[in-house]
Formats: sequence, structure tokens, C-alpha cells
Amino acid sequence: MFARTAWTVFRKDLTVEVRTRETLATTLFFALSAVIVFAVALVRDGRVVADAAAGILWVAIAFAGTLTLGRTFERERYTDTLRALLLAPAPRAAIYVGKLLAVVAVLLLTELMLVPLVALLFDAALLQRPGLLVALLVTGTIGFASVGTLFAAMLVRARSRDVLLPVLLYPITIPVIIAGVRGTAALAQLVPDEPMATFWVMLLAAFDTVFVTLALWTFDPLMTD
Amino acid sequence: MLQRSVPLLLVTTIAAFSVAPFLIHNAPYESTMGLVQKIFYFHAPAGIVMFLSAFVCGISSAIFLFRGRQGADRVAVAAAELTVLLGTIVLATGPLWARKAWGVWWQWDARLTSSLLLWMMFTACLLVRRYGGPGSDKLAAAVAIFGMFNVPFVYVSVNVWRTLHPKTTVVPMLGPGMREPFWFCILAFLSLYVLLLALRVRLAEQQATLDARYLELDDRASA
Amino acid sequence: MSVDFDEVRASGLGRHFGRRRALSNVSFSCRAGEVLGLLGPNGAGKSTLLAIASTLLRPSTGHLQYGAHEASRAGAPLRQRLGWLGHDLQLYPELTARENLIFFARLQGVTAVDARVARALTDARLESRADDLVSGFSRGMRQRLALERALLHDPRLLLLDEPFTGLDGPSTIALASRLTRLAGEGRLVMLATHDVDLADDVLTRALVLRDGRLVDDISGRGWRQAYRAALSRES
Repeated sequence: MFARTAWTVFRKDLTVEVRTRETLATTLFFALSAVIVFAVALVRDGRVVADAAAGILWVAIAFAGTLTLGRTFERERYTDTLRALLLAPAPRAAIYVGKLLAVVAVLLLTELMLVPLVALLFDAALLQRPGLLVALLVTGTIGFASVGTLFAAMLVRARSRDVLLPVLLYPITIPVIIAGVRGTAALAQLVPDEPMATFWVMLLAAFDTVFVTLALWTFDPLMTD
Repeated sequence: MLQRSVPLLLVTTIAAFSVAPFLIHNAPYESTMGLVQKIFYFHAPAGIVMFLSAFVCGISSAIFLFRGRQGADRVAVAAAELTVLLGTIVLATGPLWARKAWGVWWQWDARLTSSLLLWMMFTACLLVRRYGGPGSDKLAAAVAIFGMFNVPFVYVSVNVWRTLHPKTTVVPMLGPGMREPFWFCILAFLSLYVLLLALRVRLAEQQATLDARYLELDDRASA
Repeated sequence: MSVDFDEVRASGLGRHFGRRRALSNVSFSCRAGEVLGLLGPNGAGKSTLLAIASTLLRPSTGHLQYGAHEASRAGAPLRQRLGWLGHDLQLYPELTARENLIFFARLQGVTAVDARVARALTDARLESRADDLVSGFSRGMRQRLALERALLHDPRLLLLDEPFTGLDGPSTIALASRLTRLAGEGRLVMLATHDVDLADDVLTRALVLRDGRLVDDISGRGWRQAYRAALSRES
């Protein structure tokens, strides 16, 4: 029942996304705009400040993530479908997992296009250790989205939800951003620092474990008024 | 129990903070830093009590969320506000020290950065209560619980990030004659914390009573 | 564990948001087969009462019993017996009618999804538009689809919030007769509306709410005159 419900919700979200491509298209474009803004700020005499590419990549991911989360739950708010989801006899946490997987999937797709773009524009050697980079991106995205999905779901009913999501989300996910940026920077060095990157992947995995567990634990009491 | 100890706490706190300046004044001068080092006697205890307060807030939020105890929610509000207040003291005294020790107002030092992040998480908690509309008490509870569990992650990540760079200054070890006033100040801040917590919880209780009376009156008027 | 009931009993239900009282000391009981109307002007507490009945909102005081079960204890098996049709209709405009129904049927744990969805499409009289996107549907079509969506799992208690809003004459009559039939099948239908005329022929009983309080409980025919009388008495 749990896995099937999560899968049903996940597939529904992906179907909507594939049909409209709305989140992906707007998010990607927004991420690109963010990248340009950073280029203006950080490029001097045609060259980028050291480590800037890693920072730009993760800030773009964080912005794109907020946008994706907001959009995903705006869809559930639009015709009050969130209420129908919560009234399903399935365990509530399964709904959370389904939404989380959909957000992670959309974000990973965005990153798939964002990473080569940043590597190209800033001449950064991001792809020297693709395995570790993927591990960083996947664990980082899950960490960001696990907190974000819970908060966005709670905020569906709140006033000024658009403002409050980043206000709540960014301070809590700072460790993810630090780990992502430092890990990516370690991989983009002339000689990639594998132990360092591995350490950050482990930290992110621990973060994911703690916060996914916490979210599963708190989702049910949070969603009843 | 918390409420009945208010007079005692009030006396203790006033006494402690009246004595503290003399103890700090009489403590030996730190050789390199001189006078500015004395900020440390308020800065560090505020930081320690701030961390304690974050955990008080997180735990009482969890009790509120899972048991639905209104009392726990009131403690959570009080602790969140005090975490922010103590954080503000830490963040104001830190740069004063930094200006003298490191020559800059703000240094991305591991502890200062962690304190800033902790301060931000609990400020977010207050923002959500203020602007979230109905049901935001639960939202704030979730933020506090997440914030509490986030403390180790913030600490580890900021530390590892910062040690990638050369260390600027090591906080001087406490010499003889400095340890006693330091511990005294920690106790003073603890006493202040419990006092403010008790008063703030009492205020929240009175607000709840007022709301209940208001509803009763409303009922009677319309019945 | 499976949960069923043929009676819903409210005792002393109240709900406040801070200092705003949304519902105050409401008690009543109703049985399967009834079409119970929650009537009253906007802000009377109808939606709050419906939300409490749907188990998604906890009452500040009092309780609601579903037969032998209480909302806070029964959880998921009780939700299995509740159908909800809110004012916003709970349909994904980006999906087709069939996709919407299949999604909710799976979510509700319905067995033999395809057959059930086909029957629902027939009941909604939307077979020919089954594979069109809901975004292109008229309000009446959406309303029919949403009602079948709420009935997919054969709920005992059907909750409707302002179901007649935005419907034309024929659609209103069709919905009314459908609700009467559903009650005849042994369901308990509870609907909130502020428009008395539209709900005219459907209700077997009406609870009149005003400022969060239950001001009248009118059974059988003639509730309309009684409702008017109750409201004018109040104001």
C-alpha cells in the first residue's frame, strides 16, 4: 500500500510535468538567468574567481529547487487536490514520498542540463570524476528536496507561502549547500580531491537519512489542523 | 513550578549581574588582547545558553506536535524568542571582538558562522509564527525540530569548510583567574535565561486565558 | 481493520482559530439514507463543520463519532469510507478525465480499477470525452466528473461543499436526483450550501447555522419556510 501509493503520486506528477513541461522549462530558464547574474558579479577580465563555478552551480540548484517546490504544490492547491490526497486511506507519509520523488526527478533533470552549461560557460573541470559528482548531486538534491517538500506541503495552507518557503528552507539547507559547493569545488580542482568529495557525499547521505526520517515522522501530524 | 520560582530567579539574576562586572574587572588582563578580551565573559556564556535554548525549543516543539500540549507550544515560543535574543547578543559582541583581534568586523569563523545560521533558523521560526496565518504554530514547531536536528550538520559542515583555509587566531586559552569569572557568567546567563523563559511562558499563558475569556464573552453575547 | 457506520453523531463540536470562533457547541446526529443540508450565510461555519467531518480539521472541543468509531482513532480505514467533493472540485486540469479517475481510484486502493473507472465515466455521462483534458471541460462536466471521483471507493459518507454553484438548470436537477439516489443506496449525504432554492428538492433535513452556532434543525418537507423564518428571527 505504501509503495504503491508513493508510486501512483510520483507517476501522476511526472505525467503532468511531461505533458506541460512547465516546471522544467521555467526552472531551467530561471536557473540560466541566475547563472548570468553570477557571471556578471564574479567574472573579472574574462576570468572567473576560483571555485566560483561550484558556487554558481549550487546556488542555481537551490533557486531552481525553490521554484520547483513552489510550482509542484501550487498544482495541488489550485483545485484543492491536496485535500483529496490527504483523504486517501493510504499512509500519509506515502504521499510525501511520492511528491519528494517527483521533485527530485525534476530537479535532477534540470541539473543534467545545468552542469554541462556551467562547466562550459565558466571553463570548469566539473566532469573529471563523474561518479562522485553524480553522488554529490543526487544526495544533495534529495537533502534539499526532503526538507523542501515537507515545508512546501505545510505552507500550502499558509498565508504568504511564496515568501515563507525560501525563508524557512535556506537556513535549514545551508549544510547541503556547503557540502555541495565544497564537494564540487574539490572535484573541479586541477587534481581532484577525492577523499574530500567523498567526505561531503557521506555528510549529505547522513543529512538525507536524518531529514527524510524526520519528515516521514512529522508529515502526518503536520497535515491535520 | 517554573512560575513559582520567578521571584527567587529575579533576585538571583539581579545579584549575579551586579556582581559579574566586578569579577570581570578584577580578572587578569589577557596579554595580547587587553581590555577587549573581557567581552568574552558575556559573549561565550550567551552562545552556550543560546545552544541550550535551541534544544529547549526543539524538544518542546516535538512534544507539542506529537502530544498536542499547548503548554509545550508556549515553552517553544518563549525558547525560540530567547534563542534569537541570545543569538543577537552573540552576533553583536562577536564582531566587537573580531575588530580588535582580527582587524575586521566580520570573519567567517566557524563558530561565528554556526551561530549566525542557528540565529537564522530560529528567526525563520518566529517569522513563520508572525506571518504564516492560522495553523502556523505547527509550522513553527516543524521548523524548530528541523533546526535542532540541523545543529550537528551546521557545526560539522561549517567547521570542515573553514578548516580548508588557514586558521586566523586561536581563541586564547583561559589563564588562571579567568576561569572563575567565566563560570560565574555562565551561571548568571543561565539564571537570566530561566527567568526570561518563565516570564515569557507566563505571558503566553495569560494571552491564552485572555483569548478563552474573549471567546466566552463572544458566546454569551451571541447566545 | 475495516470501518463502517450508519450513523454520524456530533456532540458539542467547536472550533476556534485564535480569537475567531468558527464553530460553537454544535450537536446533532444523522443516519444513512439522509441528505443533510448545512445551510446558512457565508461564514456561518458550514465549511468548518464539513472539514471536521472529513477528519482533516480537528475540533477544539467536542467530538464526532462515526458509528462506533472516532476520527482521531480510526485514521486511514475511516478515510476509506469518506467521499469529499469540495468547491474547487479536486481534479487535475492537466490530466484527462480517465487519467484523473484512474489516479484517484489507485490512490483509494480500488480493486479492478479499469472496470470501476469505465462505470464512473458512464455515470458522469462523459464516455465520449474520457480522453480529453479536464482543462477543456465546462463547469457542469467537471462537476459530474468530480462527483464520480468522490464516489470511486463507494464511501458511506459523502461530503459536498457548495455543489450547486455554477451549475445550470438541467445540471442542478441531474445532480439533485443523483444525490437522492445515492442516499437511497444507503449513503449519508452531507452538503453545505448558502443557496436554499437550488437545494430545494434534495434535502431530507436541514441544519441551519449562523455565526458558528446551530440555530435550527428542520426535518422533512417545508424546511424552506422554516429556514427563512429561522434566519429572519435571528437577524
